[in-house]
Amino acid sequence: MQFFFEVLIGGLLAGVMYSLVALGFVLIYKASGVFNFAQGAMVFFAALTTVGFMSMGAPFWLAVALALLAMVALAFFTERVVLRPLVNQPQITLFMATIGLTFFIEGIAQLTWGAQVHALDLGIADEPIEWLMRNTGMNISKFDLVASGIAAALVAVLAVFFNKTRTGRALRAVADDHQAALAVGISLQRIWVIVWIVAGFVALVTGLLWGARNGVQFALTFLALKALPVLILGGFESIAGAVVGGLIVGASEKLAEVYIGPHVGGGIESWFPYVLALAFLLVRPEGLFGERRIDRV
Amino acid sequence: MLYREAGQFKTTYAADQQLFPIRQDRIGIAILLAVVFVGVPLAAETPAIAGAIDFNYWFSGVLIPFLIFSLAALGLNILTGYAGQLSLGTAAFMAVGAFRVPGVPMLASFILAGVVAALIGIVFGLPSLRIKGFYLAVATLAAQFFVVWALTKFGWLSNYSSSGVITAQKLVVFGYAVDTPVKRYLLVLAIVSVMALAAKNMVRSSIGRAWMAVRDMDVAAEVVGIPMMKTKLLAFAISSFYCGVAGALYAFAYLGTVEPAGFELDLSFRILFMIIVGGVGSILGSFLGAAFIVLLPIFMDLSAASIERSFGFALPAGLVSNLTLILFGALIIFFLVVEPLGLARLWQIAKEKLRLWPFPH
Repeated sequence: MQFFFEVLIGGLLAGVMYSLVALGFVLIYKASGVFNFAQGAMVFFAALTTVGFMSMGAPFWLAVALALLAMVALAFFTERVVLRPLVNQPQITLFMATIGLTFFIEGIAQLTWGAQVHALDLGIADEPIEWLMRNTGMNISKFDLVASGIAAALVAVLAVFFNKTRTGRALRAVADDHQAALAVGISLQRIWVIVWIVAGFVALVTGLLWGARNGVQFALTFLALKALPVLILGGFESIAGAVVGGLIVGASEKLAEVYIGPHVGGGIESWFPYVLALAFLLVRPEGLFGERRIDRV
Repeated sequence: MLYREAGQFKTTYAADQQLFPIRQDRIGIAILLAVVFVGVPLAAETPAIAGAIDFNYWFSGVLIPFLIFSLAALGLNILTGYAGQLSLGTAAFMAVGAFRVPGVPMLASFILAGVVAALIGIVFGLPSLRIKGFYLAVATLAAQFFVVWALTKFGWLSNYSSSGVITAQKLVVFGYAVDTPVKRYLLVLAIVSVMALAAKNMVRSSIGRAWMAVRDMDVAAEVVGIPMMKTKLLAFAISSFYCGVAGALYAFAYLGTVEPAGFELDLSFRILFMIIVGGVGSILGSFLGAAFIVLLPIFMDLSAASIERSFGFALPAGLVSNLTLILFGALIIFFLVVEPLGLARLWQIAKEKLRLWPFPH
């Protein structure tokens, strides 16, 4: 039983990280209806830029600030080059365009900073918490706990931003209805830039946390793929859904790996979330918190 | 322009519906087939020409992959371009085809590869009955990961080789060993031509029209009596059949080995790029796109080599591959923005312009 809880908590903490990636997707999808496949590449790009500036001798905070600046530039670039010309196109076209964007960002990132794996030290030790180890015998990493704390803070900040600020309300208005938002004088293009900047910021945080964990490397881009089942479980439009979906995916894939994995040869982590998401789709196509759409297929 | 269709009147329905309704097109296709089937191999056998051009490289490095990728792109185009169901699992269906049953004659095993891939395609196409768009893309991603995992994990699929890598058997067709690049090229070419013609035939038939109706507006298609389930699943099955055969050829006629790692998501994306660049919903586009995507990295490598030679310094490692990556990404966005129907549409526009040339009014 104790082992079960250890696996469960480990999975939940990993799930927090998935939620962070999914959060970036949700932000952009809500505001522009674009399914941004490039989120994983943005995570990679942001982390690599930070590490790159640090290796050039910049202090950590300056490097983060410069990386954020790069993400802002990327947001403007994307809006101008990809989103604006493709306005009013079918969603699937925009989706394919973001696949193109993914390759573009990956190429730029590796061209600028090289392709080798970089270590990133955030100053948080990745070691078990001692008193928890002593009292319950469970092995929970301090780093994971801090990471989930940061994630929770990020979600809280985003919630305040969306609900209390003028810009946040404008974002929600755009998400609800593009034309109505235009009619009351909200500039769509400005909103898109802002939402891509926010998604870039989320990507930066994600990239730093994942990068500190596993090293800043190309594999970070595959995060985007793990976020897809999270989105299906949680719903494309819901921040809460991204968080809950991430937790479910994280916990279930770890539990499945431990309890089902040995019977079928192991390594099922790579596809289990997808099959879970597919099974879920058949029952509830709009996800846990998504908007219900009446849509004949 | 070289030719106009003026004066060619269709008097029967059959004449109106034939594959190549214009006589000059038929002649053009015949000449093209003659050149690729007879001319190219003959040139390769002629010592004078074969000495000037490295035909072994051209066959195994350019022409064979081009033809195989064309076939895979054709398969994806049937599903995505004609039936409107986005798939990111093309490489998985190719992988299914690549793992062939030992002890079956070669051609039969290619067909078998296609049939097995089609069955898997139907299974993973089932979600398309309930979902569409991104959700479906995710469902096909599930196919991608699941199939590659299954091929690595289950020993009987890979003949119990420890690394999951199998050396492909020798190609033997009707007791005739296909061992030189020229013979392999001819085998691949024959299969691809037959299947491309079959595809061209299919998309103008009732099945193809049903696909296009589903793509353009599924509700309307159902209202006019197109069976949704049958149409969608058939699209998945036939598309996977094409991909499966392409996968079998990829493994046996091109790579020579079969390993699951060769059929990762990257390959799926490359094939998706082919149809975006070449033209979504076009048979010709599949070929143009495949040619473009196969030739671009080769061209980049060659130009990098010539730059290195003429300027006498070594370009940093990885520069070319990253530039190719950037170029791919930029091209995808460019084509989606400027010409969503791809190279095939450009070709069509050029033809229409030339038809009126030099008197545009």
